[in-house]
Amino acid sequence: MNTRDRPDFQVIASWVQPGERVLDLGCGDGALLKLLIEARGARGYGIEIDDANVLAAVKNGMNVIQSDLEAGLSGFEDASFDHVVLSQTLQAMRHTEAIVYEMLRVGREAVVSFPNFGYWKHRMDILQGHMPVSEGLPYQWYDTPNIHLCTIDDFDAFCAKRNIAVKERRVFDEGRLITEEQNFLGSLAVYRITRG
Amino acid sequence: MTDMTAGVGIVAAQRAHFDQPLTLRSGAVLPAFDLTYETYGTLNAAGSNAILVCHALSGHHHVAGRYAEDPDNVGWWDNIVGPGRPLDTERFFVVGVNNLGGFHGSTGPASNNPATGKPWGADFPVVTVDDWVQAQARLADHLGIGTWAAVIGGSLGGMQALQWAVNLPSRVRHALVIAAAPKLTAQNIAFNDVARQAIITDPDFHGGHYYEHGVRPLRGLRLARMLGHITYLSDDQMAEKFGRVLRSGAFSFGYGVEFEIESYLRYQGDKFAGVFDANTYLLMTKALDYFDPAHHFDGDLARALAPATAKFLVVSFTTDWRFAPSRSREIVNALLKNEQDVCYAEIDCNYGHDSFLMVDPQYHALVRAYLDRVSP
Repeated sequence: MNTRDRPDFQVIASWVQPGERVLDLGCGDGALLKLLIEARGARGYGIEIDDANVLAAVKNGMNVIQSDLEAGLSGFEDASFDHVVLSQTLQAMRHTEAIVYEMLRVGREAVVSFPNFGYWKHRMDILQGHMPVSEGLPYQWYDTPNIHLCTIDDFDAFCAKRNIAVKERRVFDEGRLITEEQNFLGSLAVYRITRG
Repeated sequence: MTDMTAGVGIVAAQRAHFDQPLTLRSGAVLPAFDLTYETYGTLNAAGSNAILVCHALSGHHHVAGRYAEDPDNVGWWDNIVGPGRPLDTERFFVVGVNNLGGFHGSTGPASNNPATGKPWGADFPVVTVDDWVQAQARLADHLGIGTWAAVIGGSLGGMQALQWAVNLPSRVRHALVIAAAPKLTAQNIAFNDVARQAIITDPDFHGGHYYEHGVRPLRGLRLARMLGHITYLSDDQMAEKFGRVLRSGAFSFGYGVEFEIESYLRYQGDKFAGVFDANTYLLMTKALDYFDPAHHFDGDLARALAPATAKFLVVSFTTDWRFAPSRSREIVNALLKNEQDVCYAEIDCNYGHDSFLMVDPQYHALVRAYLDRVSP
């Protein structure tokens, strides 16, 4: 799939207004940032740790900063961005809580997307005695970078407990918007959160 | 990978004379001066495809290519400049210049002081990075370059690129600041001062007027270079290259050359002392010590960099402990605070501070990719 057509990218783009400042954590080749800049008139930076991705983002014309998210966002001032985006990376981070707090420190609001572990196909896999493997979770248990998987209900509970306000939530499966039974029918969740 | 057989080929140094006085930051005035430089590639009709390469402590204008009369003398950054190389001379007009105070043809301590008819020696005014930028701007005028497509440099050269972007923002579109720092630490200055003391206390120094005595403070310059050289290499690289290997295989219980690292350092010191000028070395280390764009802004680097309109590429190297990655991050963080355009890469390379001179695939690919974004 062309990354630009990723449903979470389109949702995130719809939340960004022209002229707003965006920080994209784990920006990869800069495709989302480029979409937000070109289609939405935003400005901003990407952070990426991988050499090949940094190079690709430079080739894409993006402002990319090579840095390890696990070390936090110490170079960034409080409230210096309108949106701080973490697209399908949260589940692969060691310091999950810390990065969410850092995002809400640096950004007016944060956008977090992740694969929903509660998706019915994942539940089926477990019932059949195996770790889930799906389009959203394409790895085997032994080679997955994902160490902090959660369900939509889990993330809601986390936000409630940590006094984080969920402004909006969009849930998808195979590119379609899911509005009913999201924790069962949705494979991808995109959250818009702020400090409560 | 870079093809080491190609490159810009045979080059020749040129010299430009400037007869308008240059007021230096110290307040001293140079009534006139010369700058030696080299160019590679062709300046386009609009004069918009020029890249200035700024040199570091011991560098000069001979950045790339070879001399017809001295074919073994390859430019110090030949691996990055040439047709198809990251600083592609088929797209860009690349300029290398020997800085004011240098020893490679530009006006410096070994030049004649017009007031006395004798070499300037220790009377040559102390020059700063600001002064170099000012002098380089005169060269740009001379060459018909209104705005540099990019100014690039490593170490002290990177500091010049940064200073260009601050002092003459309308004349720099991109600044490539590599293995640099926004100012020296006390430790950095300490190393420089030991180097200076080695030179100044050499009996052949004669207060900097050694030219008249027909001698040179070779011992001091050699020590200074040996010390400096240690700071350019990484501990890992030294361990890998030399370890504790003994030249004769056994201790000799004396003070001769025993360990391979001693042999290497002495060789480097001798080689350097043979070709470099002690007064120039003193000047260059002082320019490093004084460099601090934030000095006039209460130490606030972001305020100091605010006037820059250039886009930045900042690059550091993981094993560089002279100007560690955290020093480059200070520059990056200041630019971020100002919402200025910046890309930053931290290159995993084993060669310490000297990494910026090496052919590292990621490093060169990055500079190439960045310069592909720069319209000629």
